[in-house]
Amino acid sequence: MSVTDLPAELPTDLVGNTVVDYGDHALMVQCGSTADVMAWVAALRDATLPGVLDIVPAARTVLVKLDGPGYQGVVRARLRKMRVTADAAAPAPPSADVVIEVVYDGPDLDEVAGHTGLSADEVIAAHTSRLWRVGFSGFAPGFAYLVDGDPRLRVPRRHDPRTVVPAGSVALAGEFSAVYPRQSPGGWQLIGRTDALLWDLERPAPALLTPGMWVQFRAA
Amino acid sequence: MITLEILRTGPFAVVQDLGRAGLAHLGVGRSGAADRRAHKLANRLVANPDDRATVEVTFGGLSARVRGGDVDIAVTGADTDPTVNGIKFGTNSIQHVRDGDVISLGAPRAGLRSYLAVRGGFCVEPVLGSRSYDVMAAIGPAPLRAGDILPVGSHTTDYPELDQAPVAAITGEAVELSVVPGPHDDWFVDPDALVHTDWVASDRSDRVGMRLAGRPLQYQYPDRQLPNEGTARGAIQVPPNGLPVILGPDHPVTGGYPVIGVVTDGDIDKIAQVRPGQHVHLHWARPRSPLGTRSRPSLAGWAFS
Repeated sequence: MSVTDLPAELPTDLVGNTVVDYGDHALMVQCGSTADVMAWVAALRDATLPGVLDIVPAARTVLVKLDGPGYQGVVRARLRKMRVTADAAAPAPPSADVVIEVVYDGPDLDEVAGHTGLSADEVIAAHTSRLWRVGFSGFAPGFAYLVDGDPRLRVPRRHDPRTVVPAGSVALAGEFSAVYPRQSPGGWQLIGRTDALLWDLERPAPALLTPGMWVQFRAA
Repeated sequence: MITLEILRTGPFAVVQDLGRAGLAHLGVGRSGAADRRAHKLANRLVANPDDRATVEVTFGGLSARVRGGDVDIAVTGADTDPTVNGIKFGTNSIQHVRDGDVISLGAPRAGLRSYLAVRGGFCVEPVLGSRSYDVMAAIGPAPLRAGDILPVGSHTTDYPELDQAPVAAITGEAVELSVVPGPHDDWFVDPDALVHTDWVASDRSDRVGMRLAGRPLQYQYPDRQLPNEGTARGAIQVPPNGLPVILGPDHPVTGGYPVIGVVTDGDIDKIAQVRPGQHVHLHWARPRSPLGTRSRPSLAGWAFS
C-alpha cells in the first residue's frame, strides 16, 4: 500500500477513487473490494486530514465523518487527489494474531454443506485451513467481519433471520465469516460455537478482533 | 459530596454527554445528546464545558432531590415548566437550588427532550471515554431509575455569565428539515417523492432512529442489495417497506439499506424534538444531480448480519 498526492503517473492497480458527499459533514469513498477498503483506511490514517472524527470501513465503502460542514470541501479535495494502491494480495502471516477454538456443531452446518457442495467435514476443513483477516466492524460492539477466507464458503444469508442467535455463534454469510459477540437477532448461517469472549468491557481492549488482525479458527 | 437522588424518571431519562467519537473499529457508535444544542446550552448556563454530562429527559416527568450541598442547575430543550419545591423557575435559565430541595419537570406541551445540567456536571463512571448511554449498543450508564444517586462533579473556575438564554420556542408545527441528496437517491423510482410527501413521525421512534409514516417510496431495482456501509446521524435509510428512517445518535455503525439523503448538520438537533404524530417536511439542500451521485451499482448480492 502506498499513498501519494501526485497525480503524475497513475499506477494500474489504483483503487477506489470515487468520492461522494454523505450529507454535509461526511464523505464516502467507494471501492471495488474489502481489500481496497482496507488499503484506503490505512492511507486515510496516514494522511492527517483535518477535522476527521471517525473512519468507518465497510464492505465496499469507507465513510469519513467530519467535525462539521466546514471541513467537507477541503477534505473532499484532498481525497480526490489521493492515490491509493492495494498490494496485489496482502500475504497471510505465518501465524495468526488470534486463535479461536470452535465446536463445529452449528444448526446450519448441513445447509452450508448443501449450498457449497462440500461435506460437513470439508466445510470445517475449509473454515480452519486458512487465516481470515478482520476487514471491518459493525452491527454490534465487537462484531468483526472476517474476509479472505476460502471462496468456496460463500453462502447466502438465511431466508428467515433468527430472532435469537446465541453469543459465540460462528457464522458465514456472503464473503464473510463472523462470531456473534452477544445474543442478538441475526440472519447468518451458523456453523459452530466458541467460548471466546469477543467483547468484554472489563478488558483494556474490549474488542477481541479489530480491523487488520489475522484470525485462525481451530476445531476443538 | 453533592448528589442528586432520582425520585421519578418520567418515561425515559438517561445521562448523556457529547458521546464517544472515533470507535468505529470496535463496532461502537458515537451516541451522545440527541439535541446537542440544548445539551450545550444547559452546560453553558451553569458555566460547564460542553462535554459535561447532563440528564436527557424524554417527555418530562423527572424529579430529583439535591443532597449534600447547594447546586446551580439549568433545564433546556422541550419546556417542561421546571420547578424547585413546586415553584417555577423557567426553562433556559440558571437556578440556585439548596440542599434538600426537590427539582421537578412537568410534561412538555411541545417538543420531546429536555436537558438537566448541574454546575460541575453529572460525574457517573464513564465507559470508553463517555458518560453517554447508547440504547443500541447498551454501553454506558444504564437508563435512570428511581433511587439512583448521581454524583455532581467539581466545577471549573468559570462563573455563569447568563441568567437567561434567548431561545426560539419549540412548537408542535410541522418540522422542516434540509437534506443533502444521496448517496443512493438513484436507487428510487421517484427520489423527489421524499421532498413532496407530508410525512408523519411514527411512535416507533427512539434514539436509534425516527420512523416516518406516509406514502412508501419505491425501489427502482427491488432485487438489488446494498453491501453494508458506514452510517451517520441524520442519514435517511429506506428499508424495503419504503418508509424512511432518519438515524438518530444511537444508530448502528453500519447498515445495509439505501440512503436516499442525509439531514444537514444544522438541522439534526431539530429531529430530537419531534414528537410521534408530528408532521415532517423534507427539502433538498442542493439540487439533485440528474445522474444521481454516480454511486456504483451493487457489486455483491449479499446482505450482512
